[in-house]
Amino acid sequence: MPLKSYRDAINETLKQEMRRDSRVVVMGEDVAGGLGGSSGIAEAAGGTFGVTAGLVAEFGRKRVIDTPITESAIIGAAGGAALTGLRPVAELMFIDFIGVCLDQILNQQAKFRYMFGGRCTVPVTIRTLMGAGLGAGPQHSQSLHGILTAIPGVKVVLPSNAADAKGLLATAIRDDDPVIFCEHKFLYGETADVPDGEYLIPFGEANITRSGTHVTVVAFSRMVTLANKVADKLAKEGISVEVVDPRTTSPLDRDSILESVEKTGRLVVVDEGTPLCGMASEIAGLVACEALDSLKAPVQKVTPPHTPVPATPHLEQDWVPSTEKIEAAIRATLSQKLARTG
Amino acid sequence: MVDQSYDPILLLEAYRRMRLIREFEERMRREVQAGTVPGFVHLYCGQEAVAVGTCLHLRDSDYIGSTHRGHGHCIAKGCNVGEMLLEIYCKQGGLCNGKGGSMHIADLRKGMLGANAIVGAAPPIAVGAALTQSTLATDGVTVSFIGDGASNQGTVAESLNMASILKLPLIFLYENNGYAEFTGVSYHLGGNIARRAAAFGMPGETVDGVDFFAVYDAVGRAVARARRGEGPSAVEAVAMRWYGHFEGDMQLYRDPHEVERLRQTADPLVKFEDRATREFGIEKDELREIDAEITELIDDKVDAAKAAPKPPKEALYTDVYGSY
Repeated sequence: MPLKSYRDAINETLKQEMRRDSRVVVMGEDVAGGLGGSSGIAEAAGGTFGVTAGLVAEFGRKRVIDTPITESAIIGAAGGAALTGLRPVAELMFIDFIGVCLDQILNQQAKFRYMFGGRCTVPVTIRTLMGAGLGAGPQHSQSLHGILTAIPGVKVVLPSNAADAKGLLATAIRDDDPVIFCEHKFLYGETADVPDGEYLIPFGEANITRSGTHVTVVAFSRMVTLANKVADKLAKEGISVEVVDPRTTSPLDRDSILESVEKTGRLVVVDEGTPLCGMASEIAGLVACEALDSLKAPVQKVTPPHTPVPATPHLEQDWVPSTEKIEAAIRATLSQKLARTG
Repeated sequence: MVDQSYDPILLLEAYRRMRLIREFEERMRREVQAGTVPGFVHLYCGQEAVAVGTCLHLRDSDYIGSTHRGHGHCIAKGCNVGEMLLEIYCKQGGLCNGKGGSMHIADLRKGMLGANAIVGAAPPIAVGAALTQSTLATDGVTVSFIGDGASNQGTVAESLNMASILKLPLIFLYENNGYAEFTGVSYHLGGNIARRAAAFGMPGETVDGVDFFAVYDAVGRAVARARRGEGPSAVEAVAMRWYGHFEGDMQLYRDPHEVERLRQTADPLVKFEDRATREFGIEKDELREIDAEITELIDDKVDAAKAAPKPPKEALYTDVYGSY
């Protein structure tokens, strides 16, 4: 299979889905760029990170729609277009910007189907960028998938590698419900083997990226790549780590997580989201409720602290979960025992 | 001179829809006072000419975005009154199978994109519907109803701009009914609604929303322009609401005689009947026949809605997703 970057895999999928279905339109700030500028260059951006490059040349301005900086109208219009026959892929440039358009997700798209008695479909995909590590500071670095996962009516997808990005995005665009597709900006240059042709990955099916027997690590998005590295390192010491990448937080593949923990008896959860009310707490809670008897040691959570993301590079480095912290958490759970009474 | 577009069939249909809204809302008012209706109900009396004067220009394939005060829009757009009542009573078979209620009635078959309980949330959605019409190159149009209260939301400004730059077939239909909840328009609104819209590069005019003919003519111009692909327009229709923000509102912010005066001087049905019978040959008897039919219809449908079965318990869990 050909090696492709995460960025190219997303770009290729957008093109393939737009060729396949003329109802698919891409809209957002600078998805093409250049309109109204003095250079006359037809595609001056192709997305801030180049993810939508080349789309306007192939599909034209009617289907690749540059919008003003107007997130409520972008996301709201995508919802309205989805209700009336298009399959929009709207770009929310950074997930941090949900603060200015959350109503259209929370109270509108997420609820249309339910409050209209099932008499509509809402095939909207919101592509957005998450994650720290680029020194972009408190308002361009967050991982807010946990907030969105808490909303019934939307699906939340976090591809951790280029192949998953392709397979999950194609599924998102063909899905009849609102899907928030969270791309980690640190992963755009990462490569993987990605099939050329049609490739679909169902939602709600975890990927076991490393098989192991001593400890389960459930990790999300970019944290999967870190967990894999730690697993490979510890394998040389004879520590067998299983890495579970749920790939979607809503729907969540609870069974794969529980099966793995029942096998290993130990759990580390790694998430770049919030330590309070986030996916790490959610997975720890799931295992406490459903598989407590399997646990041989307390669950370890590896998350950022409960602070904003600092712009300061060395502080940001400390803020993001690291391979060192993951390794320490694995070693801690392996050395601990759950004290049981009675 | 009789305007070509005011043919008797159109005028009788206009009257029928306005009378239907009036009867529907007056009956809802009594039912809310009697405690038979769940949730909040926001009544449209006094504004009938706005919805009807607008929607008579629209086809089923055209869209409207509505507000929390949406019953009149639904009726004007042709939604089934019996199914509306089932919905308001949260019963099985309602337009949203009983899970939306008064503030969320939608009927996509009729191009009704939903009442909306978030003030100012519908215009961006209407932008999307107009974007669909524009992208698929239909000659369809979308109307976004916006209250004077909602006109102050940022979403409305964003929608005006987006519709303007993308030249969408969208009509911003402002309903200035005098109050944003419990606060008067003279306090809450800076400048002028129609001029605000015009500042985004589209025609914007203000009309008497009590006068069906004024609304019908203004919206006709806006719809024709949109169908020709010339872009959005704004119309501000001024018509005071007769009742509270919601039914049950004590209305301490209003002069107790204000509504009485409105009933005497600003009744859209009286105003319509006066002109239609004087200038366009409509007979009063024809109108009284419509009145009688509607009274019977509402009686029947309210009784049916009250007697209808509730949604089953499992309905709690259904229709969250298409698949999950």
